Amino acid sequence: MTSLALLIPIALFMGLIGLIAFFWALRRGQFSDLDGAAARILIEEDEDQP
Amino acid sequence: MTSLAVPGTDAGHTIAGETVHTVLSVPGMHCAGCMAKVERTLGRIEGVATARVNLTARQVAVDHHDTVAVPDLVASLAQAGFEAQPRLDRAEPVSAVRPLMAPLAVAAFACMNVMLLSVSVWSGADGATRVLFHWLSAVIAVPAVAYAGRPFFASAWGALRHGATNMDVPISIGVLLATGLSCYETMTGGKEAWFDGTLMLLLFLLAGRALDAMMRDRARAGVDALLRQAPAGATVVAADGTPAWLPATDLVPGMVMRVAAGERLAADGAIARGASRFDQSLLTGESAAVRADTGDTVLAGTLNLDNPVDVRVGASGEDTSLAEIARLMASAGQGRSRYVRIADRAARLYAPAVHSLALLAFVGWLIAGAELYHALVVAIAVLIITCPCALGLAVPVAQVVAAGALLRRGVLVKDGAALERLAGVDHALIDKTGTLTHGCPVPDAACLAALDGTDAAIALSLASHSRHPLSLALTRALAARGVRTVDLTDVAEIAGRGVEARHGALAVSLGRPAGAEGMAAALSITGQPVRIIRFADALRPDWAEALARLAALGVPCAILSGDNRAAVAEAARITGLPARATASPAEKQAAIADLQAAGARVLMVGDGLNDGPALAAADASIAPGTASDVGRQAADLVFTGDSLLALPRAVSVARATMRVVRQNFALAIGYNLLAVPLAMAGLVTPLVAAVAMSLSSLVVIANSLRLARVPR
Repeated sequence: MTSLALLIPIALFMGLIGLIAFFWALRRGQFSDLDGAAARILIEEDEDQP
Repeated sequence: MTSLAVPGTDAGHTIAGETVHTVLSVPGMHCAGCMAKVERTLGRIEGVATARVNLTARQVAVDHHDTVAVPDLVASLAQAGFEAQPRLDRAEPVSAVRPLMAPLAVAAFACMNVMLLSVSVWSGADGATRVLFHWLSAVIAVPAVAYAGRPFFASAWGALRHGATNMDVPISIGVLLATGLSCYETMTGGKEAWFDGTLMLLLFLLAGRALDAMMRDRARAGVDALLRQAPAGATVVAADGTPAWLPATDLVPGMVMRVAAGERLAADGAIARGASRFDQSLLTGESAAVRADTGDTVLAGTLNLDNPVDVRVGASGEDTSLAEIARLMASAGQGRSRYVRIADRAARLYAPAVHSLALLAFVGWLIAGAELYHALVVAIAVLIITCPCALGLAVPVAQVVAAGALLRRGVLVKDGAALERLAGVDHALIDKTGTLTHGCPVPDAACLAALDGTDAAIALSLASHSRHPLSLALTRALAARGVRTVDLTDVAEIAGRGVEARHGALAVSLGRPAGAEGMAAALSITGQPVRIIRFADALRPDWAEALARLAALGVPCAILSGDNRAAVAEAARITGLPARATASPAEKQAAIADLQAAGARVLMVGDGLNDGPALAAADASIAPGTASDVGRQAADLVFTGDSLLALPRAVSVARATMRVVRQNFALAIGYNLLAVPLAMAGLVTPLVAAVAMSLSSLVVIANSLRLARVPR
């Protein structure tokens, strides 16, 4: 029982952190351009400097 | 998106003064290379702080100093090879998915945690442990239900207040009663709490809603990306001769717009100086260009073909002929908004049935001698087990899968109701210019074949130097034939006459033939006879097969066009369809109303502004991707390819979708036929409810996924 009293709050707390992280990402517009995010990794950064 | 941009970090670009935020729509972006090119092109302009592309919406947000004019941004993008238009409304389009994301996340989080606790209860947790777990579940579930259930509670309350009922009413009642009963059980240390089932129900239903909203968002992003026909502004010449670019909303009567050849008019007006020919096909459907001299009236949305002209603005904004069509459309769309979606029609039958069953169970158990508490538990179990979980998924999942499959085939579906309405059509009216035909001139194949290698190369080189519609068409056609350009010198485009240049020692030119008869271009090369290249507005590819398939689907077609009699008669002769010519926008709308009054369900296919009211009035409507802004906004579906086969494909997919939706309903009802007697007998535990709910939802989803394969 004592282990449960410890583990359950820990599990809930970690889940809550995930939920908060998701809300943060949603508010920062991380999901506003999913296609662009997928393509952006392919942009050659050096090309810009002549 | 905007919060990611960090303005003013680059010292070289930081200039004191007003910073302006402009959003440009760039429909031509497709890949990472395009994104990089657009961002770098704009970033290099002096005075631009940041440029950030949103590839999903096909637009770029630019923060720049107010010394940088919007046309400069458009021009530099044009140099990089991207057509761009400033967005008319600055505000970000409102997303339908966005408000559902947070409730969905909360429901998923709470459902997972509560389910974990429930599993231990089901596997035999007892006494103090069970009470503790129920309390924990309650602490998680009650706020989660209150938050994640809001979309349903709000909708149900809205319906009830107006004395109506919808799918959300039984959902809300079920959810609220189940939560209340579970709280009571928890407080009294009872054996069974229903928090898990309640949250799972909300999770599944929210997932269905989110899918539905996602489909609408995606289609709208696609349609928005195609925005380009309506000019967002004009270059206005002040009294002292200084030109300035003004957005369309700031134009007032009396101003003088300078309209270059190849530009669209932003407002109605009279020509103050110059003469040119105008392409009015967007407004009237008339394919031949109309000549206008000084003093003649020209209309917003028409394309200036030959010469630069000055136009004195006569009407702008709400007063233009464009706005008149918009008013017609607003009244035409009212009929369609009365359409009741199949899910809501099902709910009208379903909700009373479920509620009377629950009541029956309650009364039945009371009569049988059970105590009040026990009868109430049974009644609530009936409500939970019959909560339209599978029904809530039955329609959106099928429609999303079908819309996704159509999207891959180049057909954008604006919303699920469009598929439902499209499935029922039994008549199709097709506009001619731009719908049955390309809406733009195509050079006659025989004329092109008559040009030998060098002549064709010279013609292509000359045409590639002009933005005239005939030149653009010739460039496309010759390039498609594999012709390559040759070197030209002294190239000059002379307004109203054409392109002249030298090829080695030869003087070459491409221009209007002397006779100026119909649509044609004359290619002259020193020492050779003048070649005439004829142009015609050709029918779209696969028209014959498309019309035959529509007929086979039981959808007879007819032509309804605003073009002149001769042009329409020709198209009617080739396609063998009945036709009506010179129909005004109001007459087109009336033609549809007549058919509807006779009991027909009409599909309107059209592209022009003049089709707008008809597209809005018809039971379902489709526009090609090349259609006018208004056409695309008014239509339910937009097809992006050239081929007319998109029409029968869309109709057959819509019908297949409705078949699957009905199967899903049958599956959901079949599940209820099994589960309800168990619930009424008082045999359903939270475990049974959870398993049954998941199973029925999975079956419905699996059945809907069959739609992912679209026949050719």
